[in-house]
Amino acid sequence: MYIIIVGAGKVGYHLGRLLMTQGHEVMLIEKDRAKVNLLSLDFHEAIMEGDGSTVEVLREAGTNRADVVVAATGNDEDNLVTCQITKLVFFKPRTIARVNNPRNEELFTGLGVDASVSGTKLINAIIEEQVKAGDMMIPLLTLKAGDVEIVEVVLSRASHIVKKKIKDLTLPSGSIFIAVIRGEEVIIPYGDTEFQPEDKVIALVKRTSEQALREML
Amino acid sequence: MKVMIIGCGRVGSVLANRLDEAGHQVVVLDRNQHAFRRLSEKFSGERIVGNGLLDEFVRPTLGKKTDLLFAITDKDNINLTIAQRVKRNFKLDRVVAVVHDSILAGLYKELGLETVCPTDLVIKDLLQKI
Repeated sequence: MYIIIVGAGKVGYHLGRLLMTQGHEVMLIEKDRAKVNLLSLDFHEAIMEGDGSTVEVLREAGTNRADVVVAATGNDEDNLVTCQITKLVFFKPRTIARVNNPRNEELFTGLGVDASVSGTKLINAIIEEQVKAGDMMIPLLTLKAGDVEIVEVVLSRASHIVKKKIKDLTLPSGSIFIAVIRGEEVIIPYGDTEFQPEDKVIALVKRTSEQALREML
Repeated sequence: MKVMIIGCGRVGSVLANRLDEAGHQVVVLDRNQHAFRRLSEKFSGERIVGNGLLDEFVRPTLGKKTDLLFAITDKDNINLTIAQRVKRNFKLDRVVAVVHDSILAGLYKELGLETVCPTDLVIKDLLQKI
C-alpha cells in the first residue's frame, strides 16, 4: 500500500518506520525543515518538506494514488483540514486522523474523517478494561527476553482465591507464587497460606500462562 | 445584532470597533490578552481571553442566541475548524471563516461554509489597477 503520513513528530516518525519495515511505501510530510533534514538520513526519498494541510503539497506527494492518508500532527485543526481536503480533492485514500483533544473525536467523524485515533481514549480504554477484570497485574520484571515475568497483583474482595489456601488451588502450569505482601508483612507462601483481600501477590509467570493466572486471580 | 469575533488581530479588532460603533452587541475572543490593545478606548463590547477551539470559551456566548460568528485568527485551519465546530455544536444564523489559502477557501465554500479569502480580494483589487 502507499501510505502518506502528515507530521513527522514522534507518532508520525515511528508509524512511518513501522509501516516501511512491513513493506509499505511511505511518504512523510513535515513542515519543519530542520526535522526533515534530520530525518532524511533515515527516510531518504520517503520524506518531504511542506504543509500537509494544503492541496499543492498533498498533490506533490502523490495523494491521488495513495491508499491511506494519516494526519498525525499534534494539532487537531491541521489534522482535520488534511483529511477533509484529501476526501474532497483526491477521493480515493482512506483518511485517518490523530485526535489530540478527545472531545474532537465525534466532530471529526461527523466531518468526513474515516477513522480517528485518540491516544487519551485508547489509554483510558485499556485502563478500564484492566480495572473491569477485577485486578491489575503489574509487570515488575521481565526475564529471558520477555518469556518470563514477575508480576504483582493486588487481590480484590471478589477475587476467586480470597479465603482459600494455596494447597487447595490448582495453579496454571508455568506459574508460581513468590511472596505475599500483607500490610507491612512479607509472607513467603507455603501450602497453608490463606489469601486475604488487599494481599499483594508477587508471582513468577511464563508469558504463555499469564492469561490463565490473570483469570484465576 | 449579536456578533462574536474570534481573533482580535488587525482585521478582527477593526471589525469589532466598527460593529460596536454601529450599535451591535459584540463579543471578541483572543487567546492573548495583549491583542485587545487594538480595540478602541470607546469599545463597549465584551472581551474574552481563551481558546476559540474549545467549547468552554465560546459556550457562555454561543449558548445564548447569537446571530453571527466570524473566525478571523491568523491560521486558516483554526478558522475552518472553529467554523465547523460551532456550526455543529451551537445554534447560529451565520458563520464566516477567513481563509487566506484561496484553494482551501474555494473547497470549503463547496462544502457549504461561508468563507472570505483576503488573497482573492487583494488579487482582484490589483488586477483592477491594470
